[in-house]
Amino acid sequence: MLQLAAALPADGLIADAERLSPYASDGLSMYRELPLAVALPQTAAEAQSVLRVCHAAGVPVIARGAGTGLAGGALPRSDAVVLSLARLKRIVRVDPLARVAVVEPGVRNAAISEAAAAYGLYYAPDPSSQIACTIGGNVAENSGGVHCLKYGLTVHNVMGVRGLLADGSELVIGGAAPDASGLDVLALLIGSEGLLAVITEVTVRLLPRPRVAQVVMASFASVEDAGDAVAGIIGAGIIPAGLEMMDALATRAVEDFVHAGYPLDAAAILLAESDGTADEVADEIARIEAVCRQHGATSLTTSQSEAQRLKLWAGRKAAFPAVGRITPDYYCMDGTIPKKHLSAVLRRIAELSERHGLACANVFHAGDGNLHPLIFYNANQSGDLERAEAFGLDILRACVEAGGTITGEHGVGVEKLDAMCVQFAAPELAAFHAVKAAFDPAGVLNPGKAVPTLHRCAEMGAVHVHGGQVLHPQLPRF
Amino acid sequence: MDTLASQIEGGAQTARVASPEEALLADAVRTAAAEGRVLHIVGGGSKAGLGGVPRGSPLLTSALSGIVDYDPAELVVTVRAGTPLAVLQGELARHGQMLPFEPPDWPGATVGGVIASGISGPRRPFAGSVRDALLGVRLLDGRGQVLQFGGRVMKNVAGFDLFRLQAGAWGRLGVVLEASFRVLPRPESEVTVTQRLSAAEALERMNRLAGQPLPLSAAAHVGGVLHLRVSGSNAGVTAALSSLGGDRLPVDVAAAFWAGSAGLPPTAAIESDASVAAPLWRLAVPSTTRSLAAEGEVAIDWVGGLRWLRSDAPAEVVRALAAGLGGHAAAWRGNLACPVMHPLDPVTAQLHRRLFAVFDPHSVFDHGRFDAA
Repeated sequence: MLQLAAALPADGLIADAERLSPYASDGLSMYRELPLAVALPQTAAEAQSVLRVCHAAGVPVIARGAGTGLAGGALPRSDAVVLSLARLKRIVRVDPLARVAVVEPGVRNAAISEAAAAYGLYYAPDPSSQIACTIGGNVAENSGGVHCLKYGLTVHNVMGVRGLLADGSELVIGGAAPDASGLDVLALLIGSEGLLAVITEVTVRLLPRPRVAQVVMASFASVEDAGDAVAGIIGAGIIPAGLEMMDALATRAVEDFVHAGYPLDAAAILLAESDGTADEVADEIARIEAVCRQHGATSLTTSQSEAQRLKLWAGRKAAFPAVGRITPDYYCMDGTIPKKHLSAVLRRIAELSERHGLACANVFHAGDGNLHPLIFYNANQSGDLERAEAFGLDILRACVEAGGTITGEHGVGVEKLDAMCVQFAAPELAAFHAVKAAFDPAGVLNPGKAVPTLHRCAEMGAVHVHGGQVLHPQLPRF
Repeated sequence: MDTLASQIEGGAQTARVASPEEALLADAVRTAAAEGRVLHIVGGGSKAGLGGVPRGSPLLTSALSGIVDYDPAELVVTVRAGTPLAVLQGELARHGQMLPFEPPDWPGATVGGVIASGISGPRRPFAGSVRDALLGVRLLDGRGQVLQFGGRVMKNVAGFDLFRLQAGAWGRLGVVLEASFRVLPRPESEVTVTQRLSAAEALERMNRLAGQPLPLSAAAHVGGVLHLRVSGSNAGVTAALSSLGGDRLPVDVAAAFWAGSAGLPPTAAIESDASVAAPLWRLAVPSTTRSLAAEGEVAIDWVGGLRWLRSDAPAEVVRALAAGLGGHAAAWRGNLACPVMHPLDPVTAQLHRRLFAVFDPHSVFDHGRFDAA
């Protein structure tokens, strides 16, 4: 602890319970634990010193941005130091001609776009927490947002990083030049949930802000019709800037809360946004409307002003808090499926809802098949949380069975370790552990997250275990 | 741990092989690993001249052919690695779709080679690279074991992105057996306009235009001429053309120009180049980097991010030039007695060696292209 204090500025180390408590959880507040200490470096050099001290002492290090993650990726443990990158928040430079920004990891996602706005540029990935979440956390989680169907995830918009390996050695991958020599280590680092390296600087690509955006809201009498309309829009060669769907329960919760003008009698509503030049948007909106009509839309509203566009989106963006008003607690899932199985998976979720005795509202990024079922429960009611978790795992199982994945954008963290056992078999899990060991042989960075041990999967019966060989038997299983 | 290790079922491997063709490849790899031999993976051989002299015996993927799954409304296609690129492109075109990254369609090119080389074409700055479009792979590693990473959906953050790592890995980590890509609708309209400009003027103009909300899909400068391509709806393209000006290229001329510039400098640059015997270098640099005409630049692509140089200068000189500009240089064509890839710094090189050991502990796939590590 003395060594850590020496490596940091005077107010850069927290070790008393009272001031540690805000760091006891991230956005997944059902899990809480106090760390040994929180280190708050102001420079990459200080972060490097923290890593060196912890590595030498064998103390786990858990990197943290704004703590908005939804999967417990930044959940502390009692024997670990939390390395907060929140004070590394300099925008190093914005180069408008090269359309690149270089920022420190503690810079908020939205702050990048604010800094680029004067040049007509912005940073495209827009996770719903973008006013608070940091770019460092976005890199750790490969964050998405409502516009990623057209503009991609974090991995598509980050050009390079500087970082530190567990032992403090410096890593420079990519930059303002495209690609990098050798293996695509950048793609591997993005979304690695703080297990492989600590990011100290990020180079992001900036895009020109579209001149115009317009949104169509379409209601449908059945979820099937809405799903068919989604397939129809994409089948017609249109890639909307956003393509979102909400079911009746979510729509009603939202309408009661923000009065966005959503119809209460629809089984599902669709929001489809077009952006670009005025001519492009006019053309695309007309085509989207035509496809929705063709698939039996019961009503269509197209935004005629920026104010109306924002109002229509306000409902979707308030979906989580709106649901939070009608249930004491909710549990947000994040599976992704091939879009063609949407109706079948929604039917399955309805069946599961009945079986587990818990209601579930559905909000999703329909364009890329990313579902956010919101399971209603009451944490104060004994057994409810366990039922919600069991229901959630069943939903993720249904997603994997439909050819999808257990997490589209929130990450695995601690939350989906069991679900990982459903999606991956022993050889893949072993490869993940081996890659982790290639970057961090001592297992210091965020141990126990993102990849379940083979033991854990064996215990839940998801991995077939009897006789034979395991990959990388020399490796510790953490 | 030994008890767990002894419990894991090794025999499950046979069940993971999807076809007799895959089983043959897996056997070949296991045998090579046991005998300490080296294999080099061959798809269509279209990129044989790029980078390094292959070592060991060839391992052919051509028997792994065919599209496994394709539903245009999903924007996802799953295809076996030995499938000729032309076959995949043809099938996508029939449904009005395409691979976003415009790979070089050299005669014989296969899907596996497209992934292994990681070479993206002129659309790359606007629609992303090979790895950006890759959604998942089935991989035969250096133990002869089949691994499955990623999937067939567009958003997937479960596990490390070991599928993206295969793009540009030149087969060093294993044999890609099957891959899923994100595809895009083909634009309704695509027009190329040209304008005679110096390299310096062209760099300024293309970077400035790329910062404006225009439907640009390629920007290159060759032989004193700036080429700009716009793609999208008829309405969007027509509007963009009126603000861009320049001379419109005939459709077939434009198509040939951009096809020629995928993975190579446009043919025009080679033909008009007097010092054709000099080795060809491919430099990736920040897009606003000055013209490198004095150093042998024959073409500029990717809005300035990609420079083709013909240079007799020693490799160290070209590499120092690229590194000094914040980029890197690959030795692309010509009898260069130097490593193909830009050398890696010691930390990254060590990570490479460890990653090789994870996937290929017996160095079965050590082709020689990763001499930089």
